[in-house]
Amino acid sequence: MEFAELIKTPRVDNVVLHRPFYPAVEGTLCLTGHHLILSSRRQDDAEELWLLHSNIDSIEKRFVGSLGTIIIKCKDLRIIQLDIPGMEECLNIASSIEALSTLDSVTLMYPFFYRPMFEVVEDGWRSFLPEQEFELLSSLTDEWRLSCINKEFSVCPSYPAVVIVPKSVDDEALRKVAAFRHGGRFPVLSYYHKKNGMVMMRSSQPLTGTNGRRCKEDEKLINATLRAGKRGYIIDTRSLNVAQQARAKGGGFEQEAHYPQWRRIHKSIERFNILQESLIKLVEACNDQSHNMDRWLSKLEASNWLTHIKEILTAACLAAQCIDREGASVLVHGTEGTDSTLQVTSLAQIILDPRCRTIRGFESLVVREWLQAGHPFQQRCAQSAYSNSKQKWEAPVFLLFLDCVWQILRQFPCSFEFNEHFLIMLFEHAYASQFGTFLGNNENERSKLKLQTKTLSLWSWVNRPQELNKYKNPLFEANSLVIWPSVAPQSLQLWEGVFLRWNRSSKFLDEAYEEMVTLIEYNKQLKAKVNALRRQLAELETDDGMQENH
Amino acid sequence: FFFTFFLQVEQVKLLDRFSTSNKSLTGTLYLTATHLLFIDSSQRETWILHHHIAAVEKLPLTTSGCPLVIQCKNFRIVHFVVPRERDCHDIYNSLLQLSRTAQYDELYAFSYNPKQNASEQVKGWQLIDLAEEYKRMGVPNANWQLSDANRDYKICETYPKELYVPRTASKPIIVGSSKFRSKGRFPVLSYYHKDKEAAICRCSQPLSGFSARCLEDEHMLQAISKANPSNRFMYVMDTRPKLNAMANRAAGKGYENEDNYSNIRFQFVGIENIHVMRSSLQKLLEVSGTKGLSVNDFLSGLESSGWLRHIKAVLDAAVFLVKAIAVESASVLVHCSDGWDRTSQVCSLGALLLDSYYRTIKGFMVLIEKDWIAFGHKFSDRCCQLDGDPKEISPVFTQFLESVWNLTEQFPQAFEYNEAFLLQIHEHVHSCQFGNFLGNCQKEREELKFKEKTYSLWPFLLDEQKKYQNPLYNPDISPELTLLEPNTVAFNFKFWRNMYHQFDRSLHPRQSVLDLIMNMSEQNKQLEKDIKELEAKIKRRNGQVDGVPLKEPLQSAPPAPVSLKSPPCFKKEQPLMPGTDSVRTIEGSSSADNRYSEFMEELAKAEPTVVSLEYGVARMTC
Repeated sequence: MEFAELIKTPRVDNVVLHRPFYPAVEGTLCLTGHHLILSSRRQDDAEELWLLHSNIDSIEKRFVGSLGTIIIKCKDLRIIQLDIPGMEECLNIASSIEALSTLDSVTLMYPFFYRPMFEVVEDGWRSFLPEQEFELLSSLTDEWRLSCINKEFSVCPSYPAVVIVPKSVDDEALRKVAAFRHGGRFPVLSYYHKKNGMVMMRSSQPLTGTNGRRCKEDEKLINATLRAGKRGYIIDTRSLNVAQQARAKGGGFEQEAHYPQWRRIHKSIERFNILQESLIKLVEACNDQSHNMDRWLSKLEASNWLTHIKEILTAACLAAQCIDREGASVLVHGTEGTDSTLQVTSLAQIILDPRCRTIRGFESLVVREWLQAGHPFQQRCAQSAYSNSKQKWEAPVFLLFLDCVWQILRQFPCSFEFNEHFLIMLFEHAYASQFGTFLGNNENERSKLKLQTKTLSLWSWVNRPQELNKYKNPLFEANSLVIWPSVAPQSLQLWEGVFLRWNRSSKFLDEAYEEMVTLIEYNKQLKAKVNALRRQLAELETDDGMQENH
Repeated sequence: FFFTFFLQVEQVKLLDRFSTSNKSLTGTLYLTATHLLFIDSSQRETWILHHHIAAVEKLPLTTSGCPLVIQCKNFRIVHFVVPRERDCHDIYNSLLQLSRTAQYDELYAFSYNPKQNASEQVKGWQLIDLAEEYKRMGVPNANWQLSDANRDYKICETYPKELYVPRTASKPIIVGSSKFRSKGRFPVLSYYHKDKEAAICRCSQPLSGFSARCLEDEHMLQAISKANPSNRFMYVMDTRPKLNAMANRAAGKGYENEDNYSNIRFQFVGIENIHVMRSSLQKLLEVSGTKGLSVNDFLSGLESSGWLRHIKAVLDAAVFLVKAIAVESASVLVHCSDGWDRTSQVCSLGALLLDSYYRTIKGFMVLIEKDWIAFGHKFSDRCCQLDGDPKEISPVFTQFLESVWNLTEQFPQAFEYNEAFLLQIHEHVHSCQFGNFLGNCQKEREELKFKEKTYSLWPFLLDEQKKYQNPLYNPDISPELTLLEPNTVAFNFKFWRNMYHQFDRSLHPRQSVLDLIMNMSEQNKQLEKDIKELEAKIKRRNGQVDGVPLKEPLQSAPPAPVSLKSPPCFKKEQPLMPGTDSVRTIEGSSSADNRYSEFMEELAKAEPTVVSLEYGVARMTC
């Protein structure tokens, strides 16, 4: 298909762009296959808008006489308005945008067309390989092995080609376990706690059904992770009620009788449309500046967003607590094991593992626990807060995870190598990007799309020093401790950087941040200078001493 | 210790307020003449000033003993369990007696001795000079003059002696107007804006009833509007809800009738009265003190308490006032009922938005002295310094501090002071340790000779101002910051956790950016000094090598060690108000009064304490 077919009017002059907190800009609007561009044709090129079609969540059009107005609502929550003279032009533009922002085929997406304007020093596709992760693990313990059972993605379509499993369990057994778990997602290693050798595994629900099916290999697999005489914890991210209901559909949970060494804890984390509606309500509340205090608070409450944050954080803290404080191994799963499960396992690692609080470590976590673990990004992030169609698969699961990380970052502002902007950047790219990283729903799909050769990895771009600088937390000081966040409602806050970003000016806050960075930089310079001077003085003193001795 | 203990009870348990697993510390509880002291088994001390105690409650006997809950005015809540009921009863009765004071001279300020001599004491009181302040604003001038009408507090008992009024307002006008105003609080100058030549004036409600008029009062307002050459129109802001003001008419009070006053624009701004505010805060504290609180219960409780709505109303009123002055150059007369609560809030916040001086440490002290202390905000009644009418208690001043805090959040570089400064002032408004906030008005303070018998808080705060400095303060960065234009959309108002959960450290961020930046800013100053010294030494050395070497011992004073490695991250965490050398030291023990000591040690621990799994929620304390 040619994009040209979809672009009826490629260019309109005298279009006026309205954005929050910026003066209106008049210029020429151009549509390309992947971008909406507004150029004011000013000498300095300062006033330009480049908007990816894939960033557009929904559009509305209005007419007053022959002046048309298109309101574009973006997945990054921004809302812009274009005043377009001429009814026909306006209609053409609107229908083109609509078509271009809802392309069916992944291979028509921008990442397949994007050519980098920078030199790729490190190929991000090869930055975080499971083999490297396993090598690291091998230096700590020899109880695990790398299994290639899923090489062809036939045992579990949503798992990567290689997974880490207990050494004592062979591939034959894994096949049986896979048949006993929803979507073939048999328990695999998620995290190894260096301090006490405890592990966190993740999987999907067991397919016990109503007649209480069991699978000896499944029991053997997860028992293989227990120390003699020790108990483990299964954290089920569904309420007991929901888990019980799942049995009717062939799912279920681990019965005490068959898993006597495991204690099951149910934590209720919401899914799918409940989360999506929560996001829609929250953004609606944040976008309406006319709310009085009571209305704002009740809307914020009704969105339930912070309740979800608290639930997810609580479950993650619980998992971390079992591992670090109780010295027990943990298995986490919900239904499919691709959403709430990953929220819990990844956040628990942020709490437990200082490595995950570095930039590279966090990237590796996102790759391991989200991309390779098969979180269906393409389905979940197809639409954001302005979606009006009732599609079933959208849910801000990843955004909630990022929000939880932000909450911990707020509480431990010196323990993270990255800053808030890093998290916001990941949010943006998960929903719309020039990079291939978040395309597809799992490694299987990604390999079929040949993303590694046809698109560029986000990490290739982000990890260049000049880019990375933007995302460094000036307050960072490596902290090797487990960090326990408070989940009290008084300690949780609305993530203003995302949800109020387009609703208020952050000028004074940004300036204050700059000032803080300057102060920290100055401190470094002063320290370096004192050191240099001290060395110089010491040299002079030894010289003098030698002279005197002579 | 040089204390005599009234009472000493062993084996008392101090429960964690928010723990559902009944985590506790065991120790000994002491009562002194001024404080309650709890020392736990690891020798950590918790000091509570009797004056800070708002309520003591004995709960029903449990198997482990008799629970005693103490609520403090600084929002600390401690929950003791005393093994024997008899002891609990004794503590309860003693605390009731000790925390209730009948007379001013029994307050802590009269026994507090900071080891200052008499001249230091006098100098301390002279630190804030309001005459100086009016001069800074630019009065007296061609239009405004100092009036001696209230020299002997004859016209208005609750006003200060020195009042600034329009030059054209003669004594008879003043006297006449004062008779037409509640409690004689006639319109006077609160703030003068030099550039706009506009004034903020304040008064109480007129005794207009349904139809009464007073020509002198009408003249008074006319004099105010004439004193402004830039705009003849003036605003009259009634800070009450319209309904309240109308109800007052039935009692012979009320509000200005626009028809009777020329050139005024009358406006209600709808801030609720002290009773509404009192119960609002009470509801807020009930909600925030709930164990195992859910997010939705918190948010709906926050909403139904109305607290943030009230804070927004106060700030909205100030913004209205500021717009009148900054945009229209119009003078504004502000009043409520008596003109000492809402009026103080709005006038002082208005001035703070208009004038960057009030955003400095010294300027903020001046502002409080002027619009709150001198103009007779009834601190004694509102803060319940003496055992009195509980219906007079109201968190009006706390709301003012919270409004300022909200502004510091929106304009992080516009204020010289930080949050700790606001919290410390709040602490001392209730501590009765210094004379500034004692009593209800200046007349009372003079009669009771507070200046001779007690100390002023401000010099102590200035002495330790390093603790209160905002390291990001930059008054020059944006010229537009002279006038603050806050955004008062609802989502900008946040629950002030560090005020209402000041003592619940488990709810706070575990690392404080403010403390870190403050330390770094201090360290930078030291490093700059070090560099100068080192450079001088090197210069001298070089001089020596070139010229005749002076016989100087090789081991001259070693350079001051600068720790290049910052302390481990958990040490960074310091309480908001590092208390070790705080103002509130008690004779004989420099760190005794350090109410934060308990937290300091807790935070120094690298590992968080174990929380049982039954607890489930992850509110684990570090």
